[in-house]
This record gives sequence, structure tokens and C-alpha cells, in this order.
Amino acid sequence: MTGDEACAEGALAAGCRFFGGYPITPATEIAEHMSKRLPEVGGTFIQMEDEIAAIASVLGGAWSGQKSMTATSGPGFSLMMENVGLGVCTETPCVVVNVQRVGPSTGLPTMGAQADMMQARWGSHGDYRIIALAPMSAQEIFYQTITAFNLSERYRTPVFVMTDEIVGHMSEKVVIPPADQIVCEWRPKPKGRKDRFLLYKPGKNGVAPMPAAGEGYNVHVTGLTHDEKGYPVMSVEAQQQMMDRLCHKIDDNLDDIVMTEAHGLEDAEVVLVSYGISARTSLAAMHQARAAGMKVGFLRLITVWPFPQERIAALAERVKALVTVEINLGQIHLEVMRAAAGRTACHLVGHAGGTIISPDQVIATLKEVL
Amino acid sequence: MEFWRVPLDTNTIEIAHGEVHIIEDRCKGCGYCIEFCPRSILAFAERFNAKGYHPPEVLRPEGCVNCHYCEIICPEFAIFSVAAPPPAPTA
Amino acid sequence: MPATARKTMPKTPDHPLEALIRSDRIPHIWCPGCGIGTAFAAALTAMATSGLDLQKTCMVSGIGCSGRAAGYVNLDSFHTTHGRAIPFATGLKLGNPALNVVVFSGDGDLFAIGGNHFIHAARRNMDLTVICLNNLNYGMTGGQVAATTPFHARTTTTPMGNPEAPFNLPLLAWASGATYVARWTILHTRELTECIQKAIRKSGFSFIEVLGPCPVNYGRRNKEKSLQTLKMYQERTIIRNDPRMDDLEVDFTRQVVLGEFVDKDRPTCIENYDKTCRILE
Repeated sequence: MTGDEACAEGALAAGCRFFGGYPITPATEIAEHMSKRLPEVGGTFIQMEDEIAAIASVLGGAWSGQKSMTATSGPGFSLMMENVGLGVCTETPCVVVNVQRVGPSTGLPTMGAQADMMQARWGSHGDYRIIALAPMSAQEIFYQTITAFNLSERYRTPVFVMTDEIVGHMSEKVVIPPADQIVCEWRPKPKGRKDRFLLYKPGKNGVAPMPAAGEGYNVHVTGLTHDEKGYPVMSVEAQQQMMDRLCHKIDDNLDDIVMTEAHGLEDAEVVLVSYGISARTSLAAMHQARAAGMKVGFLRLITVWPFPQERIAALAERVKALVTVEINLGQIHLEVMRAAAGRTACHLVGHAGGTIISPDQVIATLKEVL
Repeated sequence: MEFWRVPLDTNTIEIAHGEVHIIEDRCKGCGYCIEFCPRSILAFAERFNAKGYHPPEVLRPEGCVNCHYCEIICPEFAIFSVAAPPPAPTA
Repeated sequence: MPATARKTMPKTPDHPLEALIRSDRIPHIWCPGCGIGTAFAAALTAMATSGLDLQKTCMVSGIGCSGRAAGYVNLDSFHTTHGRAIPFATGLKLGNPALNVVVFSGDGDLFAIGGNHFIHAARRNMDLTVICLNNLNYGMTGGQVAATTPFHARTTTTPMGNPEAPFNLPLLAWASGATYVARWTILHTRELTECIQKAIRKSGFSFIEVLGPCPVNYGRRNKEKSLQTLKMYQERTIIRNDPRMDDLEVDFTRQVVLGEFVDKDRPTCIENYDKTCRILE
């Protein structure tokens, strides 16, 4: 099956029962697959009138008590950003898949890129933390979509699956395990007296329990700066407290959220840093380089946001160079440079998008660096 | 109000009676209740409430027919009426 | 009354809507004479007397003065982004069809930035009750021209008068497929409450336009004190059943038609989805 279909199947396996979508190349197949499959499992699919409506309906779906998601690509991702902020501010679990295509603007709609990575981090206005995963294969998109749902439920926050046209449209073998081998998490449920319930009073892990609409908690959910009760409070102190809570629940759980995969770092003189489809390029390049006698390692970012800053900083202490491989003009490259903080040389292998990076391009850079 | 004739059953009709309650500190002084009371029993008070508005006060409590119009036109949840026993007949 | 009984009785009874409002947040932010409070109270009374399970009843608002309504109702309530109350409500309803979802928002929110969502929710006959407080301008931001501002009216962004024509909202709702459409002013609060109650109990997409004054931002620039606006609602409106839908412009230089304009039945979005997409084998 294709990556897009595997994504939809992963969502279903994770317990997603509401999808609000809008067609956009190259993410349409996710909506198509969900439109067929969701009613079969008792869920609901709706094609909304635009991407803004799609994400708004997903937030509504989440508060109705369902695991909810949408899938889009660059232009739709841009349109969704304001409501992503609402999702972050109101601590609404949901999953947004971005099957990245070439931008800016309409760009190359049918061709892949990885140029929305910074938008994923900073796309909505204001300060906030976000979780973004980057799968590199159809099989992995299946599992990462499940992980995305689990993280979003565990931390009550929107989670992005930042895939790309190449992974989305590539047909690969996907093994779907039996349901009992899939771990599905749910948002923490409130206990105790309903009239004393505080919607944003953090429990374990800094995350507050979340009731659904209709359960009798009379919640007030607002995108205004609010207190623990959820009531708007227009003060500097309330803003600081709310932001502290929103940031801490992510920052204090980095060990649980941040996932990386290391290849040959032990003796590496140069380390490739990559994610998504470019991770496959990088892995191939690493093996070629090692075969040619170059001491090259590879750090794959499974979670791109929060950024594995400590990991990169530690590597920067001991390697000759860090080479970021990504289909853009340098986005995660900037983060790598920031984390390396001048302790090692940082290089980018990237281009303006439309095709994968070939391992040869990486080898060429490695030769220059070594 | 003038009728061109007195209704035949006028003696047997019991006119409902109400008691107006005002939550003064909620009032913002728009005057809707005063202006649109069908029995014109309300007026602005001389005094100010905590917010600095003149709340309404009941001038003629015996005139209230518990129609609730002040209650439903009030944008502030500041005035309402409840059913009350009819005032003692004046001698 | 015996003295002991008098002692146990509360000195002052509670306001009849006390249980439905977040009284710890009252006074609300609305200006003196603003019509939103009255329309909001009508909506609450309608909800309270509708016989619906209030635990399963939610209010969704967008942004703006009317958008603050969700913050004052003591039910599950959602204050969303500008213009997006209807799609949020759509997700809420689709995710749990047992919920009764009432959208309460303003004309700017629902018909300018959110206009697209309104017509599509009406088209697909989403089972929502949409109450629009139409105060003819953007109040929260200080009185700018809206999609409902009358021709030639003055606002901060039309200092020489509005050069554009406003929407006829009931016509728009009717053309989009709404199954219930009514219009009242806050002065007609009894009729308004009855219609909201009817709309909440009715399945399908219901739309109620409520004309209410914005004395501070609209009234001030158009030489209308709030009491004058209400007098206008009294003198220059006419209640008409079965009017021509294109005769429903809000133009107080002529008469403004009020009433219940549409009340029909057609299958809701959820009914059609269940019949069409959930084919049981």
C-alpha cells in the first residue's frame, strides 16, 4: 500500500474515529481512504469546505470525545495554522498530517519537499511547543501515526506527522499487526467531583485530565489566555502561568517524546543528520561512504520537534562535522547549527525541492568535509 | 388604559401580581426595563450602584403584574419578578 | 407566615437563569444598552425550557462581542477562532450526535470571515442551531463596517458612509438550505425565545437572526441612542408570515420584516451520512 494509505490505516488502528478533510495533492489519498474506512468502523468522515473548516472540525471532534485527525499539504497547512494555535492553547489532542509538497505558494503540487519543517515549529502565532514526527517509509508512517495519536492524547496537544509526497505516494509492503499488539492511549480522564473540576490543572506529567463535551463538567474552552479553570484572565501573570504550563508539559518530558535512531556514531568523524525520506538517502550514503573507508555516522530524527538539541550538542563536541540532509534550502540545518553552537562545522545537503536527494550528492559533500 | 366598555367578567378575573427583584450591582443603567415596563412601575434611582450607574427602583410595587418583561429585556441578568400574593385591597 | 419559616427562606430569590450562567463571571463585558445580553438571555431561557438534556447541550462561539457568549453559559462551552464556530460545532456534533449544539456568534464572525462555513453547514443541513446577534458592525474592534452594515451607514472604516450593500441574512440562509429561519429584534424577546426553543428542538440547520443595538460603536456614529434603536424596532418593524425572501433587507428607512420565515424538514447531514455511507451487511 502507499504511504498515504498506511497513514490512514495507522490512524484507524490508533482509534481515530473522526476525520475532517479537504482534498489537496499529495494528501488526498488519506482522506479518500478514510472516507471509505471510517464508516466501516463506526467513525465519521466529512469533507469540509476548506482546510480551516477541516482543522476546526477536528478540534470539535476531539472535544466530542473522539480521536480526530486531518491530513493536508503545504497550502492547506498554512490555512490550518491559526486553529493549530487554538489546539495548542486549549490543549486539544489531535493529529495533523502534512504530506509535504514543493512551495512556496502552489509550487510543485505533485512533487515532494521537506520545506514546511520550520512552519511546523513556528507556523501559528505566539510562543508554543509542538510535537512533530517524520516517517521515512510506508511501514513507518503506519506506526508513527499511531505514535502521533498516543503522544497527542498523552500530552493533550496537536501532533504533526511531517511526511512528504515521496513517502506518501510510494507503494511499499506494510505489515499491519493484530490489534492486540498495538498500544492505544487515551487522554487522562478526570476523576472526582464535577463541580470542582479544573480543566487545566495539571496532573501527572504536567498534563491536565480532559473530559468530553456532554459529560457534565460544564467546561469552558477558550483560546483567550485562561486560568486553570479555563476562564479568560487578561493579565501578564495569567499569560506567564499558562505558557509555563503549556511549555513545561513538553519540556519536562523530552526523554519520553524525543526519538532518534543512531547508526555508526561510535567511531564517526562526520555525522549525517536527517529525517523523513532524506533519511533513506542518508542511510544509503552512510553505507557507501563507510564502504569507501570514510568514518561516517548517521543520526535520524524520528521526532523533529521538539528538536533533539542535547543529542546534537553532544555530537558537536566530538565530530569533525555535522551534515544535514533535507529537501529544502536549510531549515533543520539551522537548528543543527544552533545546537552545535560553533563547536563543529555544519553543512547542508539540500535543494529547492521536487525530487529526492541522491546519495551521490551526500557523498560529494562528505568528500569535501573529510 | 381606557376601555370603551367594561368587560363583562371584569370582576371575576384575577390579575396576576409580581414582586420585582433587582440585583443592583449588575445593572449598567440602559433603562430598557424602565422604558418598556407595560405598567410603568420602574424609574431610575437617585443613588448609584457600585459601578456608578443609576439602577432602576420600583416606584409602584402594587402595579407589577409579573409579566417578566423587565426580566427578559434586561441584558444584565439584573432584574426579575416572581409571583406574589395580590396586594391587600385598599380600603 | 410563621417566623421560623421566614428565617429559612432566602432573603432574595435567585435570578431564574442563575444556574445557567457563570455568575462568577458576571458582569459580562458587554456595554450598557448592548443587545447581546438580551439575546443571550433569550437563548438561555429557550435552552432551559426546551426540555433538552442540558448536560448534552453545548454552546460554541466565534470571536467578537457576541463570541464572548460561550464564556458566560454554565454548560460545555467553546470559544473558538474568528469565523470558525460553525465548523468547530460541526466536528462536535459529528463526533457525538447525541449533543445539542448551539452556535451563538455575531454578524461579522458568522457572515464575513465565517460566511463560507455558514452556507456549507446550511447546505449539508448540519444539525445545529445558529443564533446570530446582528448589531450591524464589528463592535469588539471599535465599530468597523461589516457585511451587514446598512448602505450609507457610518463606521470607523466608512467615515463617509458605507458604499456597499449588506447581506439579507434570511435570504442567504434560505438559499443555502436552512430548514428553519427566523428574525427578531431584542425587543421581541418573547417571540425570539419561542423561536430559539423551536429551533433547538428541531433537527437540521436552524438560523435565527437577532437585531440588537450596538450603542457605543454603531449607534454613536449613526445618531442612535440605544433606546431610540429599540423604539425603531418597535415602530419600523412588521411581523409577516410567508414574506418574499428578497424583501427581508434590514433597512430601517423602510420597514424591517420580522417573523418565522422558513420551517421545513429535510434529512440532516448525519441522517444522510448514516443512510448513505454506513451500509450494514
